[in-house]
Amino acid sequence: MGTVFTLFKRELASFFATPVAYVFITIFLILSSVFTFFIGSLYERGQADLLPFFNFHPWLYLFLVPAIAMRTWSEERKSGSIELLMTLPISTLQALLGKFFASWAVLGLSLLLTFPLWLTVNYLGQPDHGVIVAAYVGSWLMAGTFLAIGMCMSAMTKNQVVAFILAVVVCFLFVVSGSNIVLDAFKDWAPSIVIDTIASFSFLTHFESIAKGVLALNDVGYFLISITLWLYASLLIIEHKKAD
Amino acid sequence: MIYVNNLSKLFGDFVAVNDLTFNILPGDVVGFLGPNGAGKSTTMKMLTGFLAPSTGGIQIADLSMAEDAKKIKKLIGYLPEGAPAYGDMTPIQFLHFIAKIRGLKGKHKAERINTVIKQVDLLGVLDKPIENLSKGFKRRVGLAQAILHDPDILILDEPTDGLDPNQKHQVRELIQNLAKEKIVIISTHILEEVTAVCNRVMIISAGQLRFDASPEALLAKSKYHKAVTLHLSYPSDISGLLELPGVIDMEHERSTGRVTLLTQNGADVLHDVTEHIKDRRLPVDTIFVEQGRLDQVFRDITQGVKA
Ligand SMILES: Nc1ncnc2c1ncn2[C@@H]1O[C@H](COP(=O)(O)OP(=O)(O)O)[C@@H](O)[C@H]1O
Ligand SMILES: [Mg+2]
Repeated sequence: MGTVFTLFKRELASFFATPVAYVFITIFLILSSVFTFFIGSLYERGQADLLPFFNFHPWLYLFLVPAIAMRTWSEERKSGSIELLMTLPISTLQALLGKFFASWAVLGLSLLLTFPLWLTVNYLGQPDHGVIVAAYVGSWLMAGTFLAIGMCMSAMTKNQVVAFILAVVVCFLFVVSGSNIVLDAFKDWAPSIVIDTIASFSFLTHFESIAKGVLALNDVGYFLISITLWLYASLLIIEHKKAD
Repeated sequence: MIYVNNLSKLFGDFVAVNDLTFNILPGDVVGFLGPNGAGKSTTMKMLTGFLAPSTGGIQIADLSMAEDAKKIKKLIGYLPEGAPAYGDMTPIQFLHFIAKIRGLKGKHKAERINTVIKQVDLLGVLDKPIENLSKGFKRRVGLAQAILHDPDILILDEPTDGLDPNQKHQVRELIQNLAKEKIVIISTHILEEVTAVCNRVMIISAGQLRFDASPEALLAKSKYHKAVTLHLSYPSDISGLLELPGVIDMEHERSTGRVTLLTQNGADVLHDVTEHIKDRRLPVDTIFVEQGRLDQVFRDITQGVKA
C-alpha cells in the first residue's frame, strides 16, 4: 500500500508540475457551468436541484476524461520511463493503481470545485443535500469508468492522440448504447432482451437514477465492476506491450 | 551469482538474442560489447526483469527471475539506454521518489541521497526540471538513481553515451570506486572504456556470444599485439627491419613516416629492432610496443572474420 501511495503522489505531483491539471480543471468548470446554466437552464427551471448539471456529465466526461487518461501509459512508453518504472521493485498492478487513483483524484477535485453550483441552488429553494451528495458520488464513479477505459486505450499505443481518439470512440459507444436513438433503431426488429442488454451496458442507463440521487446497488456495482474489468484489461495490455 | 542459461529473445520471427549462456560472479566488471543491434540492450532488459525471455532462464542470487522478479529487482541498480526519467520532476524530487520506492528511510535515505549527489556531481542542478537538463546531466541523474540503494548488481546501458571526455572520465572513476565485491555490467561501443574499467569482456554480435575473456586476452587476439611501431624523422632505407627474426610483416605509411612491425605469435622483437636501428643509424624518434588494436579485433570478431 505504501508503494501505491508513493506512486500516487508522484503521478499527482506530475499533474500539477505541468499545466495539465490546471487546464483540465478550468475547462471542466467552464464547460459544466455553460452546460448547466445556458443549456440546462438551471435558473429558468426554478427548481432547487442540480439535475441539469449532472445530466450533462456523461457528455462532459466523454471528451475531458480521455484527455486526462491519454498520457498515463502512452507518455511512459514514448519517453522510455516505463523501463525505469518496471525495473523498480514494484508490481505492474501497483503502478497501475497509483496512476489510476492519481487521475481519479484530479477528477474528484474538479467535481469538488463545482461547489459554487451547489451553493447557487440554495438560493432557488431548499435542495435535498443527500440527493446531491449521492449524485456527486455517482458521477465520480462514472468518471472512474471513463478513466479506466481511457487508461486501457493509453496502454495500447505510444501515441497520445491515438489514445485519446480510441478512448473517445469507446466511451461514446458506452454512452450512446442507452440513448433513444440507438435503442429506437433496434426496437422494431430485435427482441426486448437484446434491447435491454444493450441498454444495460450504457453509462446513461446507470447514471440516470444516480443523477436523481438514487444510489442503487446495481448501478454502483455496474460502475465498480466496469472499472475493475477495464483496469484488468490495461494490466494485461501493459504486461504484453510495455517493451514495444 | 548471475546464471544465464540458453537465453533467447524473439521479436516475431526476428531473433534478437540467440542462446546466451554465461555466469557472472561478484567482482566481475563486465564490458558488454557489440555493434548496434547486437542485442545488448535486449539482454540487459531481460537481466533486469523488464522483458521476459522467449526461452531460457535467468537466476540471480539463487532466485529465479521467472518467480522472484520483485526480490531480484531490489538487488539491481539499472540505467536503461538513454537514461529515461520523469522530465517534469527535478533531480532531487526524482531521487526522493526512487529512494522511497526502494524502501530507504529516514537518516539513511538522506545520507544516501547526499552521497550520490556528490558522487555524480548533481549539486548545481538539483532544482531544475530534468527535461531542461543537458544530456550529460540527464545521464548522471540516471546513474544517481541506479546507485542510490547501493545495489550488489549494477547494470548500465551505455552510461557514457553523449558525455564529454571529462564526464566520461568521472563516470569511469565512479565505476572503479565501487566496492570490489559487486557485479557491474556496462554496455558500450567505446572500446577504450573496456580496457579502462572492465576486468572481463563479453562481445555479442547478432544475438550470439562471440567472445568472453579478459581485456588482455582480447588485445592478444589482435595482429598488432606486441607489434613495434616507430616513427622516422625523414625517409630512410628500412627494408632490413623485415629481415629480423620474429618480424613477419611491415606496414609503412610514407605520408606520416610511421612504421609498424608485426610479429609472429606476439614474439618480443623490441630488443632486436633497437639494435638494428643503432647499427644502421636509422632516424627513429619514437618507438613503442603496441598492446593490440581493439577496433580491429572488434571488427574481426563481430564480422566473423578470423582474427
Ligand atoms: N521491442 C522490439 N521489437 C522488435 N524488435 C526489437 C525490439 N527491441 C529490439 N529489437 C531489435 O532487436 C535487435 C537488438 O536490439 P538491441 O538489444 O537494442 O541492440 P543493441 O542494444 O545491442 O544495440 C535490433 O535489431 C532491434 O531492432
Ligand atoms: Mg542498446
